Amino acid sequence: MLRRNLMLAAAFGAALFAGAAQAADPVSIVYIPKNTGNPYFDSIIKGFEDGCKKLGCEFTTVAPASAEATSQIPFVTAQIQRGVNVVAISPNSPDALNQVFDRARSKGTIILSVNSDMPGNETHRDAAILPVDFTKTGPSQVELLGKQIGYEGEIAILSATTDAPDQNVWIAAMKDSLEKDPKYAKMKLVTIAYGDDDPQKSTTETEALLANYPNLKGIISPTTVGVAAAAQVVETAKKADQVKVVGLGTPNQMRRFIENGTVEAFQLWSPYNQGLLAAHFAVGVKDGKIKNEAGTTFEVEGLGTVTVGENSVIKTQADLTTFDKANIGEFNF
Amino acid sequence: MNSIDKPTPSTTTPTIVVREAAAPRPRWQVLLIRPETVTLVLLVVATIVASRLSPFFADLGFILESSTYYIEFAIVALVLTLVIISGEIDLSPAAQMALSACLFGTAFKAGLPMPVAIGVSLLAGLVMGAFNGFLVTVLRLPSIIVTIGTLILFRGLAQVLAGDKSIGGFPSWFVGIDYRMVGIVPVPVVVFVAASVLLGLFLGITIYGRQIYQIGTSEIAAIHAGIRVRRIKMGLFIASGLVSSIAGLMVASRLGSVRYDLASGAELTMVLIVMLGGTYIFGGRGSILGTFLAAWLLVIIATGMTVANIAINAQLTVMGLLLIVSIIMTNAIYARSQR
Repeated sequence: MLRRNLMLAAAFGAALFAGAAQAADPVSIVYIPKNTGNPYFDSIIKGFEDGCKKLGCEFTTVAPASAEATSQIPFVTAQIQRGVNVVAISPNSPDALNQVFDRARSKGTIILSVNSDMPGNETHRDAAILPVDFTKTGPSQVELLGKQIGYEGEIAILSATTDAPDQNVWIAAMKDSLEKDPKYAKMKLVTIAYGDDDPQKSTTETEALLANYPNLKGIISPTTVGVAAAAQVVETAKKADQVKVVGLGTPNQMRRFIENGTVEAFQLWSPYNQGLLAAHFAVGVKDGKIKNEAGTTFEVEGLGTVTVGENSVIKTQADLTTFDKANIGEFNF
Repeated sequence: MNSIDKPTPSTTTPTIVVREAAAPRPRWQVLLIRPETVTLVLLVVATIVASRLSPFFADLGFILESSTYYIEFAIVALVLTLVIISGEIDLSPAAQMALSACLFGTAFKAGLPMPVAIGVSLLAGLVMGAFNGFLVTVLRLPSIIVTIGTLILFRGLAQVLAGDKSIGGFPSWFVGIDYRMVGIVPVPVVVFVAASVLLGLFLGITIYGRQIYQIGTSEIAAIHAGIRVRRIKMGLFIASGLVSSIAGLMVASRLGSVRYDLASGAELTMVLIVMLGGTYIFGGRGSILGTFLAAWLLVIIATGMTVANIAINAQLTVMGLLLIVSIIMTNAIYARSQR
C-alpha cells in the first residue's frame, strides 16, 4: 500500500515536472479542429506533427465535442492561459470567435484560420490557410470528366443542398467553363440534382438521373457524400462503362470504387499539406523570418514556393489533387 | 428489544422502555449532512485536483474569465431550481435564449433602436414562458413533454427567423459584457451572484418560497392548504422565460452576434447544474445555495480540464460520472433524513 502511494506520488511529481519543462523556448503551436473524431482533421494534425518534427516546434491539439458555433471559445481562452504562441483553428463560426481572437491577439498570440476563412471578419485573425485555389475547382472538375468521356455527351451535376454556398460557386464556374470554352462545346449539362449531403437522398437522386437520362455520359458530384453515393449507384447498376462519375471525395470513402474500377479518378486537396504549411508559416512568422503581408514568399519542403496573398490568405495548393489507382494508396483520410 | 420480550426474572424492578419518538438528530448532522455539503466538498476537491493538473489553472482572473462561458446557463439554472422544486421541469430555456436573441437581432437589423430591440427580446421571453405556463397549468399537460415540444418549436422558429446566417454589427456599448469588469469580476458573474442572493432570499424567507416547497412536496396538500398552485407555477414559467431572454442577450453581447444555434444543448448543462446542486428531481427539496455551488463546480471542472489539455471525451466522462455520484448522494441523504 505504502509502495503504491509512493509510486503514485512519484508519477505525480514526474507529471508536474514534465509540465514545468514544457514551458521552454521552442515555438508552441496548438491546433483546434472543428470537433473530435473527424479523419479529415486528423490528416491536418498529421501535417502539423510532421512539420513540427522537422522545425523543432512544439505541437498539441485539442478539440471540442461538437462543431457548435461557440464550442471552441473555452479552448482558445485556455490556450492563451497556457501561453502558446500560435493558435491554429478551423473555426466553427465566421464571427462568434471574433471577441476571443481579439483578446488572444492583444496578448501576442498569433491566430491562424486553417481550412476555411472567416468571411467578413478577416481583421480578427492573422492569416488564413486555405486548402486550394477554389476558383479552379469548377473548371478542373469539368476537365477531369471531359477527359474521360472524350469531351462529348450529356452530363449531370449531383450537388449538396440548393443553397450550399461552396457548391453553388463551383457549379457556377462549371457552367461558365462549359459555355465559354470551345473544348467543351459538345458536352451538354442536362440537369442539376440535389442530394442534400444525405447518403439516402443522394442515392435516390442518382437513380433518378440514370432512369431519366438514358444517354447520360457522366456525373460530377462536388461533394463527398454525393460522389460516394453516385459511385455506389453506378456500381450497383453495372453502368460504370457508360456513366463516368467524378467529383470531390475523400480517399477513404472512394478507395473501393477506385480499386474495382467503378471510378477512374476524383479530386480533392490534401489536408495534410495544410497542416504542414501552417506549421512552417507559424514558425517563420514567430521567428521573424516570414513577413505576414501580401506578396511574401517562402519555401515549404514538399510544397515548393508558397505566396502570401491579399488579406493574408495562403492557398496551400494551386490545383486540386487528383486521386486515381496510381496514388490513392498514399492517402489515408 | 429482548428486554421487553423476555424480562429477566432476576431483576426486581421491571425495566420499562418508553419510546415516543426517535431521538432528534444531533444538530451538527442536520447542518452538515446535506446535499449542498457534497457539492461543496466536490468543489474543494475539484479545485485542488485542477491546480495539480495544470500549473496554468490557479489564476483567479483566468477562472473568472472562463466562467463567463457557463455563467449565462447558471443564471437560468437558478430559476430552473425553483421550477424543479415546485415539481415541474422546464427544458426549453436554451431554445428560448436562442429565439429571443434572434428576435433581438432581427429587430435590430430591421432598424429599430437598441432599447426597443432589447424590449422585444424581453417581451418574447415573457410570452414564451407564459405559453409554457399555459400548457402546463391550464391545459394540465406534463411539463416534461410540453417543454420538450417547445424546446424544438422555439429552436425551429429561431432558425426560420435567422436562417443559417449570423446577425451581428451591434453597437460597441452593447458588445462584450464579459469584458466589462467590476474590480476584477466580469459583469455576468456579478449578475449571477446578485441573482443568487435575491433568489436565495426569495426561496428561503418569503411566503412564496415556502409555498413553492409545499407545492413540490405535495401538490394536493398545497391546494387544500389554499395555496394558489396554478398561479405560482405560471409565475415560475414566466420567470424562466424572462431570465432566458436576459441570458440570451448576455450571450449576444458576449459573442457580438446571434445565430439560431446559440446555446444549443445548453438545457442539459442547466439541468446538470441543478442536479449537481442537490435539488431533488421530483420536487420539494433543493436550494439556491446548492445550485450556486454547483455552477462553480462545473466552471472549475470544465476550465481545469480544458487548460490541462485533457481530451474532451474524458471531460464528458468525468461530468457524467459526477452527475451520477451526486444524484446517488442526494438520494441517499434525502432517504436518510426521511427515516
